[in-house]
Parts: sequence; C-alpha cells; structure tokens
Amino acid sequence: MSTLTVDHASRWFGNVVAVNDVTMTVGPGVTGLLGPNGAGKSTLINMMGGFLSPSTGTVTLDGAAIWRNESVYRQIGVVPEREAMYDFLTGREFVVANAELQGLGDAEAQRALATVEMEYAQDRKISTYSKGMRQRVKMASALVHEPSVLLLDEPFNGMDPRQRMQLMDLLRRMGADGRTVLFSSHILEEVEQLASHIEVIVAGRHAASGDFRRIRRLMTDRPHRYLVRSSDDRALAAALIADPSTAGIEVEHGAEGGLRIQAVDFGRFTELLPKVAKERGIRLLTVSPSDESLESVFSYLVAA
Amino acid sequence: MYNPTVARLTYRALLGRRRALILFALPALLILIAAAVRAFNGADDQVAADVLGGFALATMVPLIGVIAGTGAIGPEIDDGSIVYLLSKPVKRPEIIFTKLIVAIAVTMVFSAVPTLIAGFVLNGNGQQVAVAYTVAALVASIAYSALFLLLGTVSRHAVVIGLVYALVWETLFGSLIEGARTLSVQQWALALAEKVTGDSLISSDVSLPTAVTLLAAVTVGATWFAGRKLRTLTLAGEE
Repeated sequence: MSTLTVDHASRWFGNVVAVNDVTMTVGPGVTGLLGPNGAGKSTLINMMGGFLSPSTGTVTLDGAAIWRNESVYRQIGVVPEREAMYDFLTGREFVVANAELQGLGDAEAQRALATVEMEYAQDRKISTYSKGMRQRVKMASALVHEPSVLLLDEPFNGMDPRQRMQLMDLLRRMGADGRTVLFSSHILEEVEQLASHIEVIVAGRHAASGDFRRIRRLMTDRPHRYLVRSSDDRALAAALIADPSTAGIEVEHGAEGGLRIQAVDFGRFTELLPKVAKERGIRLLTVSPSDESLESVFSYLVAA
Repeated sequence: MYNPTVARLTYRALLGRRRALILFALPALLILIAAAVRAFNGADDQVAADVLGGFALATMVPLIGVIAGTGAIGPEIDDGSIVYLLSKPVKRPEIIFTKLIVAIAVTMVFSAVPTLIAGFVLNGNGQQVAVAYTVAALVASIAYSALFLLLGTVSRHAVVIGLVYALVWETLFGSLIEGARTLSVQQWALALAEKVTGDSLISSDVSLPTAVTLLAAVTVGATWFAGRKLRTLTLAGEE
C-alpha cells in the first residue's frame, strides 16, 4: 500500500505556470486525473514520476522525496504518453530489458507480457506494432516488478474499444489488489467508467477532488438539473418554485410529460422534493439528475 | 558500475541506425586512400605519417567520436525513450559510465583498428608510424567519447556542436591559433604518438605530462558532469 503526496507543488517553465500550487493525496485504488489538454496533467504526472522537479512544494511517495531518488522506482511503474520506445527491439526483448533493469529476469518479463496478452506478438519488432500494441507493451514494461504505484499518462490514447476495455479491466484489478493506480485522461467517459476517485486539473490548478458526483454537489453555485416525473407535474412545479432552492422549472410536453428543474441549492432541494411531494400527496415516478455525467461536471469546472 | 542491459541497448541503438553507415564508410575510405597512396607512391614514412595524421587522427577519429559519443545517449533523450532507463532503480552515473564504455569501444573499433590497418598498408609500420597513430587514435577515442557523450546529454544540437568542434576547432583553429592547439584532443593524442615513434615524423605542441593530465581531466570531468546532468534531466511533457 503506497500513497503519493503532492504538497503545494508548482511547476513553471520560464514565464508559463504549468502546475499551480497543487495539493493532493493519491492512495490505493484507481484515481483518474482529469483535465483538458494542456491543463498540466502530464507535468503533474512527470513530477509524480520523478522526471521533473517541482519549482516549489514537494512530491513524495510514502514520505520519501521522488525527485532525484532512483530507489522509488522499485515501487513505481511508469507508462509514459510518448511513443518512442526502442523500436528496433522485439516486444519481448524490450520487456526483458526493463525486467533486467529492475534486477529481474525472463520469467517476470514473460508474466508481464501474459498479463497484457501480448505473447502472440512478442517476437515481432516494436516498430511493426499498432498504437494499442505499443501501449500494452509499455504496460508490460511498467508491470514487470509488480509496482505498488502505477502512473499512466493518457493510457487509452489510440486504443480500440476492445483494447480499452481490456486495459480498464486490468487497471481495475490492480486497484482492487490495493495498488495505487493513477491515470490521466481528457476523455470523460474513460474516467467515469474506471476511476472510483477523480482529481480535476484545470489550467494548472487543482479544481476538484473526490467522487465525481460529490464534486458536482460541492459546486453549489452551479445549477443542478433534474428530470422529475410525477402523478401531478404542475402541482409539484408550483410547490417547488415557491422555494428559493429552485431557480427554474420547465414543463415537458409530450406523452411522458415531466418537469425539467434547475436547482441552485443541491442539499436543500434534495430534502425539499420528497417533502413537498409527500405533503401534497403527489407520487414521484422518476427523479433523475439530467446532467450528472462527467461531461457536464467538467464543462462547469472549465467554465468556472 | 557497468550495466550489461544498458550496454546492450546502447550498442543496438548505435549500430542499428542509419548514422552507423558512416561508422563503416569512414574507415573504408581511409583504407582505400592508404591503398591508393601505397600503389601510386610506394612506401614512404613521411607520407604515411601525413595520411594518418591528416585524415585518420584529425578527421576520422573525431567524426566517429561524435557519432558514437552523441549517438550513445542523444537520440534517447531526444525521443524520450530514455524514460525507460530513468524509471528504474539504476544509478544515473552507472548509466553514463556504461554508455561511455560503449562509445569508447565503438570509437576504438571503428577508428583505431582501421588506422592500424591503414598504417600497415601505407608503409608496413615503418618507424612505428602505424602503431604510434593507433595509440593516438585509442587515446583520442576515450577523450572524444567522454566529451561527446556529455554533449549528447546536455544539448539537443549535440551532433552539430560536435561536428563544429571536431572540424572547425580541431582542424581549422588548431592550425591557425597557437593556444587552440593546447586545448585540442588531437594534440594530446599526438603527444603520445610522438613518444611511441621517438622520431621527428610526429610532433605535438603539447608536452606529454600536460597531454596525459588534460586527457585524464577531460575524460573524468566530462563523465562526472554527464552523470550529474542525467540525475536532473527534465523530461517535459508533450503539453
């Protein structure tokens, strides 16, 4: 069990601030590092991986500084975003070399190749691999020493849906084993499908942290949208609009009907809705958050 | 200090690239020139010394040093694949030392060996000219490898800077400016060659003790500094 701690870390390149006073703790399980391109995700992962020194602040693994400390790589496995990887080697040679550099051998390399299901192509030159195959061999090279921490920078880039699912399964298993898995992504559904916990980086700043629904709720100054269907939509609408927690209600036309409600105070609204319904004898048929997808959480955060 | 895995990767990267063709072309050219000179001119000690000094030591050895020295690490830093070495519990100086050994070995094989062959072709090692220049090439290989390995670690333009150093500084300024010769790997190597022949055929502007001191200082200093630079090598993201 390992914990990565980023404490008030900033990193700038000349005048450009790539990461701005970020503090976060990444523990066992799968954590998604989410943010648009250029938000500073790679810079942050590079600091966590020991390839970049923080300009200020510290990045530590179980209390030990990561920068200029080779010994942390016994616990950390890194899957870089960049494509370059000794293309003149075969997949097997590459993974064996990585195992040897960890003080291990063929057996561990073979096991890692089996884990990523690349045995069938292990004797082909890496230069002949597709992007997804490269990604899996990179994974194998990071897994040879069974690290307690795995850092992956945009691991799903260029993967087809089947490969994506396989990698997600693998990362989920690793998280369930108690390993600390951190992956970055700018694609919301990837993070939504995989991560139990997310950290959001926007423009170099740590915008939010936690379960993505909880993050959504934390942003109380943002309207939450719900689709509500009930036995008497108009009566319900009239009762709800009287309360300041509701900013707007739209009545849906059509066979199904329903109300599109904008709530501005999440906590109050969630208590109000069942109370009002009970008092008026209205049956609630559907209550669904219509914008709890990560996509909308993200666009709010970016706009903020 | 020597890591066989790093060495294997470095050898394969060095000899697998298109650039490696120059490693074969230059020695082939030297031997060809030597054969032609011998055929047209017969065996002449002075001519042998001129060819080995003017082409082998002054041009071929530094060029091969640039290719092997910068090529042992530069491309990996450029394309980012060095991350697979750096994300391992391997000491940075160990990586540099291993790459230095590989660069020296490659430079020696592709410069000293053909120099010896060319020397024998030219005048059958008369007055020890072939052996003297081979010793010079061996010694220069070590210093050039260390210098250019450092260059490959600190600069993305290592090949260009290396070529400018090898051709402009060593060849041009070396022949024009007195002081530049003291700071020339070629002159240091010549000081050793001079000692081997013990004859007026080869002369260096630098005394033997100075040459040996500077050779050792440059090799050790460059290697130490490269190890230090690699420890703090920053891999910027692609953002």
